Amino acid sequence: MQLILESLFNGVAIGSVLLIAALGLAIVFGLMGVINLAHGELMMLGAYSTYITQLIFKQVSFLKPFYDSYVIVAIGIAFLVSGTVGILLERTVIRRLYGNPLETLLATWGVSLILQQFVRSVPLAYGSGLVIAIFIGLITPLFLSDDLLNGAKGRLIRACTWGMSALIGVATGGVLSSLVSKLGRASARNVDVTAPSWMRGGIDFLGSTYPKTRLLIILITLISVLVVIFFLDKTAWGLRIRAVTQNRSMSECLGISTEKVDIITFGIGSGIAGVAGVAVSLLGSVGPNVGVNYIVGCFMVVVLGGVGNLLGTILASFSIGIMTDLIGAGRLLTIWPDMPSPLASTVDFFATTSMARVMIFALIVLFLQFSPTGMFPQKGRMVES
Amino acid sequence: MAIVSTKKNWINLTIWVVIIALIIAAPTFLPVFRLNLLGRYLSLAIVALGVDLIWGFTGMLSLGQGIFFALGGYCAAMFLQLNSSEGFPNGIPEFFGLYGIEKLPFFWEPFRSSIFTLFSIWLLPAIIAGLFGYLVFRNRIKGVYFSILTQAALLVFFNFFNGQQKLINGTNGLKTDVTELFGQMVGSEIMQRWFFWLTAILVIFAWLFSRWIVRDRFGDILIGIRDDEPRVRFTGYNPVVFKTIIFSIAGGLAGISGALYTVQSGIVSPQFMTVPFSIEMVIWVAVGGRGTLLGAILGAVFINYAKSLVSEALPASWMFIQGGLFIFVVTALPEGVLGWIRRGGLKELLYLMGINKKLKTYPKLEVNEQGEVKS
Repeated sequence: MQLILESLFNGVAIGSVLLIAALGLAIVFGLMGVINLAHGELMMLGAYSTYITQLIFKQVSFLKPFYDSYVIVAIGIAFLVSGTVGILLERTVIRRLYGNPLETLLATWGVSLILQQFVRSVPLAYGSGLVIAIFIGLITPLFLSDDLLNGAKGRLIRACTWGMSALIGVATGGVLSSLVSKLGRASARNVDVTAPSWMRGGIDFLGSTYPKTRLLIILITLISVLVVIFFLDKTAWGLRIRAVTQNRSMSECLGISTEKVDIITFGIGSGIAGVAGVAVSLLGSVGPNVGVNYIVGCFMVVVLGGVGNLLGTILASFSIGIMTDLIGAGRLLTIWPDMPSPLASTVDFFATTSMARVMIFALIVLFLQFSPTGMFPQKGRMVES
Repeated sequence: MAIVSTKKNWINLTIWVVIIALIIAAPTFLPVFRLNLLGRYLSLAIVALGVDLIWGFTGMLSLGQGIFFALGGYCAAMFLQLNSSEGFPNGIPEFFGLYGIEKLPFFWEPFRSSIFTLFSIWLLPAIIAGLFGYLVFRNRIKGVYFSILTQAALLVFFNFFNGQQKLINGTNGLKTDVTELFGQMVGSEIMQRWFFWLTAILVIFAWLFSRWIVRDRFGDILIGIRDDEPRVRFTGYNPVVFKTIIFSIAGGLAGISGALYTVQSGIVSPQFMTVPFSIEMVIWVAVGGRGTLLGAILGAVFINYAKSLVSEALPASWMFIQGGLFIFVVTALPEGVLGWIRRGGLKELLYLMGINKKLKTYPKLEVNEQGEVKS
């Protein structure tokens, strides 16, 4: 019993990391059909945001008493950072490539290369300054009245808001680099996020210990999934997103601004990638390549679950997680000790993390032989275009 | 035909003579280091030709060509290692000793034979590509799903080769530059010169072969699949067969390319199967011009050359340049450089620069002796 519980917990823990990483992708890929290979890098930005938030809480005197709660603040910040970069990406690159998935794939790969090199060769303080500038530049027009923006001096006012946000960005960069000296230098080295004291250690339950970080990640994942489901199912914008997913041109005819829907969908998908980055940063060290390790796994989750289906994504990530744990830790042998020897040696052969991945991917390809469109295929009849 | 285009034939002949002369003379005017680099880039041109066949002509974007590339490399390296392992304990390659292995794993045995190796370099990747392709195409998995699956397959192979220390030396890879062939060190200058010539000749043959493939009705069907697969199917062709064949051919080309690259770079390792490398192959074709075979070759050679130049001068900036190149080519130059030139891009550029006047012209129609319009 204890063994099964422990195994299940491990599987769910692995699965929830996969799920939170794939959730944003499920929105962007599943609802918009956009292949975003920079998704991993958006996660990476989220992880770096956690690191920066942590350093700020540590160094700035009036924030020090609240150090223990930095993780919660970091989730919000990571969401905004990755969301901002995602929206910028959508506005500048992806918008030109709607309907050309293969081209989108290549272009976003280019973006991911640039982002990786960006965190290597630009000091983090100025990097965050840049993101803040873009964020303010994007957000200010929402607070100004339409008359002001479209009037005679509209262009001038827009230019002024961007100039102002650039100034704020530079100022933030300068302040950050002087406050926290670590952020002022560019470095390609991996950094570590240390968990606050309340997250260290584990909880004892029925004779085995469950690490608190893992529990927190499961909690973050659970909340994110619930929020996304609530957003898509119960809010007006969620309804519009679903409408555009089902029939873009018809939605446009009915007065839905598909452009705004695209921005919001992509922004939320990217923002969730940032939240996933927070979760990932709690698991190991954070480096420019942290996203690359997740991206293929995320796509497999979405494809396995069935594109455009959140329930499928959830089920797929948990089943992959549990399978990874079963195969990778060689648990089949512990559960069934007197396995016949040829089978046992096979199980033993795959009982490492990398070989478990080999096995899982092979199983997924096998599964897609029987059900090419995943666990929950989209309904409808059409000649595939 | 012969009478009409005599002048064209002469130009073609001259170009070929110049190219062959350049290839023969290259070792005399290029330093060893540059010659070796050029040889490597030319071998990469062969895998680019394969990518062009499946992506440029058939519309399938494979992000897993690294699998076949590395398999070809491993075949060549296994043969070379066995060929020069008499001196080591148990007569098997040295690295086995590190892991306490005394008996050669069974799949190494056939690689003692040079003929088997020569065939396996292209046949093994081609068979694996064909099998994988058949399983995927049979289910009508295509477009981005195909790309994702090939990438996943790439990761499977990478993890497998990376993890199996005791079978193929895992992450360290197999070294070839200190092995012997024909009584010479593979890494020696004279061998490298021969490898360069071999590569150059094989690039030409691969190019002729690819041209021959896409020229005929077979090529037309491939283009049909790219442009509208359901229609091809409704017309009575089975796309699965054609896609499997072309994917398998591309795999074979990748294998040859990998073997040539391995002997010239001196090592084959799981690094050949990393995700970025396989995507780079696609960008060579995209920059050169997809659907133009020459573009694939030129793209592979020039981008890699630029990469080595930039990396020598400013190591950090290559990633920025490469990323920018991806975005630029995809958004602004979707046909690639050669495709753009063929469409009359140079004239447009001259016009934009104010050098040429804009002419309203109609596309020239080529007419044969009977007065029929050639398409």
